Amino acid sequence: MEIKRITTPLEDNVIEGLRAGEKVFLSGYIFTARDAAHKRFVDALENGEALPLDIKGQVIYYCGPSPAPPGRVIGACGPTTSSRMDAYSPKMLSLGLKGMIGKGKRTQAVKDAMKIHKAVYFGATGGAGALLSKSVISSETIAYEELGPEAVVKLEVKDMPLFVINDIYGNDLYEEGKQRYKK
Amino acid sequence: MREIHVNEIVSAVEKLFVDANYNLSQNVFDMLNKAAEKEDSPVGKEVIKELIANANLASEEQIPICQDTGLAVTFIEIGQDVYITGGLLTDAITEGVRRGYKNGYLRKSCCHPFTRKNTGDNTPPIVHTKIVYGDQIKIVALPKGGGSENYGEVRMLVPSQGKDGVKSFVLDMINKGGPNPCPPIIVGVGIGGNFETSALLSKEALMIPLGERNEDPDIAALELELLDEINKTGIGPQGYGGTVTALDVHVKMLPCHIASFPVAVNIQCHAHRIKEIII
Repeated sequence: MEIKRITTPLEDNVIEGLRAGEKVFLSGYIFTARDAAHKRFVDALENGEALPLDIKGQVIYYCGPSPAPPGRVIGACGPTTSSRMDAYSPKMLSLGLKGMIGKGKRTQAVKDAMKIHKAVYFGATGGAGALLSKSVISSETIAYEELGPEAVVKLEVKDMPLFVINDIYGNDLYEEGKQRYKK
Repeated sequence: MREIHVNEIVSAVEKLFVDANYNLSQNVFDMLNKAAEKEDSPVGKEVIKELIANANLASEEQIPICQDTGLAVTFIEIGQDVYITGGLLTDAITEGVRRGYKNGYLRKSCCHPFTRKNTGDNTPPIVHTKIVYGDQIKIVALPKGGGSENYGEVRMLVPSQGKDGVKSFVLDMINKGGPNPCPPIIVGVGIGGNFETSALLSKEALMIPLGERNEDPDIAALELELLDEINKTGIGPQGYGGTVTALDVHVKMLPCHIASFPVAVNIQCHAHRIKEIII
């Protein structure tokens, strides 16, 4: 398969060139956040507080890694199911979030927000946590350390293998792929 | 009567959960290789290749296959001639899980249902015990991730719905889950018993080696029909579209009440981690 190489922060011209079904290698900094961290983001915003990171142009990875054994940067770090973050994502996208990495379907509200704010949803292979850990060069917990596996971690990745699930044109790899192979 | 000290159980449980999380069993590995051959979609094939590379890497480098190292589901068969000394069996299993998840750098994924506060050591485990003949203890570790477990359900069908009712229930769950439970999946179906027994049967069905068929020819045929229909949904590996949505389907059945027809579906992801030991 042909592979596109892209780098964070994601610029609009890069996003405009991505299509559902394409394989990409992502490099640069990304941030892990899952259920509890998203809840805290939204609570912080409601209380008029700042988020622990400036999410403009950034990519959030729905991931709660396993602990790093001695001598390793990170443990296994595959994606978790994205739909649990659907309630929070439109808000994050409106603040300038440009990419989300996870697994599984998104709601129409999230897909609509992706079109409006020009953002992409990538799929990382669920259950390939060992393989994905090879793309991580460095990792640093930047917020909510007390949440354990749900803390926000800044990851530096190189050539992280991903598929484009939802692009800004309304294409959806899950729907198109299923239709193509349905018998 | 044979005495078995709890310390032996603690250490066995610790090792089992680490082993299960690092080393995919040969049976699942073989099935993934077959799936890579069978898959028609190029993207699907690519995904299965990633899964095989992932399993190899986890085993070589002794790290978890998946970061979701699961709730610690444990099935214990205790010979009725065994006398456990030194403490309580469930305490021993809990301690083994605590040590395995700490020393093996496995993720602690257990939390309070409302506050979502993590219990910190992946306890309590889920423990199922059965008394059997003999003077041995068999322990099966089945660390179970949340993504696949979320697409399980128990339904009290109406007896007149019969096999078609089971089929449409299973297909409904598969379509509902789509890409979310990490296909290619393994499907456990429990039929009969009562409400809770059907759920347990569906979980036990996941412990049957892949490729094995039920000894009842009618049930074996049902397993194959379900597998065929699931693979026709087009969901495919990771839901990206393809011809291998499930690696296998297993059905376990027991008699039920004349008024009832309980059916349970339990889904397992491709990272099917299972290891056992006999003490």
